[in-house]
Amino acid sequence: MSKTPLLEIEDLCARVEDKEIIKGFNLTINEGEVHALMGPNGAGKSTLSNVLCGKKGYEVTNGSVRFKGKDLLSLSPEDRAREGIFLSMQYPVEIPGVPTSTFLKHAVNAIRKYHNLPELDTMEFLKMVREEGRKLGVDSEMIKRPLNVGFSGGEKKRLEILQMSILKPSFAIMDEVDSGLDIDALKVVSEGVNALRDGKFSMLVITHYQRLLNYVVPDFVHVYADGHIVKSGGKDLALELEEKGYAEFVKEK
Amino acid sequence: MNRLPTIEDEAGDKYKYGFVTDIASETAPKGLNEDIIRLISAKKGEPEWLLGFRLKAFEFWQTLSEPTWAKLKYDKIDYQDLSYYSAPKQKVAPKSLSEVDPELLATYEKLGISLKEQEALAGVVAVDAVFDSVSVATTYRAKLAEKGIIFCSISEAVKEHPDLVKKYLGSVVPYTDNFFAALNSAVFTDGSFVYIPKGIRCPMELSTYFRINAKNTGQFERTLIVADDESYVSYLEGCTAPQRDENQLHAAIVEIVVLKDAEVKYSTVQNWYPGDKDGKGGVYNFVTKRAACRGANAKISWTQVETGSAVTWKYPSCVLQGDNSVGEFYSVAITNNHQQADTGTKMIHIGKNTTSKIISKGISAGFSNQTYRGLVKVSPGADNARNYSQCDSLLIGSTCGSHTVPYIENRNKSAKLEHEATTSKISDEQLFYCQSRGIGEEEAVSLIVNGFCKEVMQHLPMEFAIEAAKLINISLEGSVG
Repeated sequence: MSKTPLLEIEDLCARVEDKEIIKGFNLTINEGEVHALMGPNGAGKSTLSNVLCGKKGYEVTNGSVRFKGKDLLSLSPEDRAREGIFLSMQYPVEIPGVPTSTFLKHAVNAIRKYHNLPELDTMEFLKMVREEGRKLGVDSEMIKRPLNVGFSGGEKKRLEILQMSILKPSFAIMDEVDSGLDIDALKVVSEGVNALRDGKFSMLVITHYQRLLNYVVPDFVHVYADGHIVKSGGKDLALELEEKGYAEFVKEK
Repeated sequence: MNRLPTIEDEAGDKYKYGFVTDIASETAPKGLNEDIIRLISAKKGEPEWLLGFRLKAFEFWQTLSEPTWAKLKYDKIDYQDLSYYSAPKQKVAPKSLSEVDPELLATYEKLGISLKEQEALAGVVAVDAVFDSVSVATTYRAKLAEKGIIFCSISEAVKEHPDLVKKYLGSVVPYTDNFFAALNSAVFTDGSFVYIPKGIRCPMELSTYFRINAKNTGQFERTLIVADDESYVSYLEGCTAPQRDENQLHAAIVEIVVLKDAEVKYSTVQNWYPGDKDGKGGVYNFVTKRAACRGANAKISWTQVETGSAVTWKYPSCVLQGDNSVGEFYSVAITNNHQQADTGTKMIHIGKNTTSKIISKGISAGFSNQTYRGLVKVSPGADNARNYSQCDSLLIGSTCGSHTVPYIENRNKSAKLEHEATTSKISDEQLFYCQSRGIGEEEAVSLIVNGFCKEVMQHLPMEFAIEAAKLINISLEGSVG
């Protein structure tokens, strides 16, 4: 079976202010694949996700990123999302006064509009959110609350996954989705993530620990240090990392 | 990486209500003196007592100088270079819309307030449309009259209901109140008058659309609302103005008398021309708005959404004289580009067990400056007075300013006064979060701003809230980049 590349990152270099953070990063993710990116603190994992999603304040100095064959870096952050990239954030921000449901409806309809689909009305939208929410233990009371305001760590992460399941991206970056989660919440979140795996949907799972990968099993594992990938392997690489720590691999460079 | 907001040159063009209706105006010569005041009074066929009121106000005004305590900077106003009277040339007041100048009606259509449409919408909103100081169309009056409600222009009220006008005009805002109040009292041209009789609940929202239209004509509107015992009325004031290069002075007075067990809700959406992106032109808005709760259990509620004017000087106030009376002030003020607003409220507690609430939300963008200035005053006899004040400021970008100046004067030990204030910024993180979900930057800003204002917006009548939300979005276009 021939593979269709979804995301192609070539020799990417990026900096924040004057500091070079990403240094010659290469990675190709094909349709349906789950890649795990593991690395020590400060390796630039979050920088990578921010650069891919177009956050202000990062300057790409070299390399290219293609998504479904399009030049991703030339798109605005919102257009990247509309093209099908989703970023599940490590620290989802709070937006006081904006009900979660209002926010979600704006997001869903912004993406639908981009694809020339009719916007969902409130009834259709709520029906969809209720169905998806049930699977993740997100009730209709929770989505009435202001976005992420006063949410527990677990609630925030479940909401991230809920957003992912209603926005239906073709590619998701899961940035430290396991941080701040207890084991039960981790299971719920992982089940939510796994439910989206349909053979086409792809993911880049960024994590410190192997723990998450017991639940969301990757096809490939990459060790990321000093701004680029230093080693790649199958899912067993994660176990090896867990045992030996990162120092070993960083040295191998 | 550029962190300064790039103010797009759109803002000036965004004022979609900036058009001038070409109706031959009858305009008084420039300048202000006794003769002009006599001319205004004569043109309007006023009784002697009103001319006397105007002349006394003018005499007093001449002893005053323009206040300078507000945090506002603007070119000096030459009061002798303005014309103080302008009326559309229509000799007889129209009896129905068919008698109204079609061009005038077209203007309203552009503003989205087609009177024809409104008339068809039977009984939803009554509009006493004020066009360049003279009321040219009044709808639903007959229906209101059945209940004894008076809703007409103040000039008409002077003729038809002189006793009511004489009794209450200047009783809440005396001409000695301040510089702009004295000026208004001397030269006011028209405005609205409302009287709700005892025990009557006004069956519809009363609505007035103001519009400034003649060149160099200062606008001196005068509104008087009297709610008799146990009555209720909700009054809407909304304004738009054509785009102009020179500054336009506006000094209105709104007086509200709330008697025993009565309640008045006064809502404003203010959208006067704010000037272009460089701060050129725009309306100067110096308004005195005050309500007196004269009887026990009286209630007044001010709700305002301020998006327009180059300069705003406005402090809708509540004088809580009756025991158990209640005053509320809900405000959203938005300034962009070079707009300046010095606005807030005064809560004067005089009666026993009086309560007041202030919720003020200020949003500053561009190079604008905004000041909340408020006074909570508790008199010695106002036992158990209670006030809660909340003043929140939201900054967009790093070149705007926000200031909070709350004054509290308490002379009664039993008073309970609370004040909360916050200042926050729309963060890059919040914007990025929205964008990473497919929501564009401007839509994200409007979502965040609407969330910030929600507490105030929910106090607006439904149809007004929708219009106000649209205005907020228009006002902030180009404020991020």
